[in-house]
Amino acid sequence: MGEEIKAGCARPTGGPVGENPEAKKETPQQPLIKEVKSMVTVGKKAPDFTAPAYLKGKFINVQLSEFLGKWVVLCFYPGDFTFV
Amino acid sequence: MSVDSVFVHKMWNDHELAKMVKGGVPFPMLSDGGGKVGSIFGVYLEDAGVEARGRFIIDPDGVIQGFEVLTPPVGRNVMESIRQIQAFQHVRKTKGAEATPSGWKPGKPTLKPGPDLVGRVWEVWKTSMAFDD
Repeated sequence: MGEEIKAGCARPTGGPVGENPEAKKETPQQPLIKEVKSMVTVGKKAPDFTAPAYLKGKFINVQLSEFLGKWVVLCFYPGDFTFV
Repeated sequence: MSVDSVFVHKMWNDHELAKMVKGGVPFPMLSDGGGKVGSIFGVYLEDAGVEARGRFIIDPDGVIQGFEVLTPPVGRNVMESIRQIQAFQHVRKTKGAEATPSGWKPGKPTLKPGPDLVGRVWEVWKTSMAFDD
């Protein structure tokens, strides 16, 4: 799983992988429609992303699509040192 | 995954979680600084700058089969998440020939959707089956 990353002073970051939704804004013929933030949908592909992670003493990079072929539970929580 | 850095994840794991779970957290603790990933999953709370308690079940094809999102003060029910995964795995194994009605857990009867079942669910599924025995 994921290559190890060196711990430095900069915070490692990740983000969405693939299509950049910002790039689509360029299309000139589109009528002005207010952008509606949409939640992901059941039955549809989960958007791929990368994220730095801590796993058993190491800092690694994780990409969601590495887990194709396995069941994944992706959990978000408000913050470390709270409950889950 | 939270907006905390991997350095804080390490501190939390090593100094607190390892006291609850022997050997520490066995899966990756993901960092989402700025909530970029949380935003595309619809769980980033902009005003608070944190992520809600969102839980997504993703199948081996990368398809989201279910999710649950709670505001921060209320914790989750892990057993219910496990039950849902067992149900999705069962449905997948039968290639959709079987469905799991309300209250299903492994060992309880499933439904076989089709023309013969229309109007006859009441015969094979009782309201008491929605609850644990």
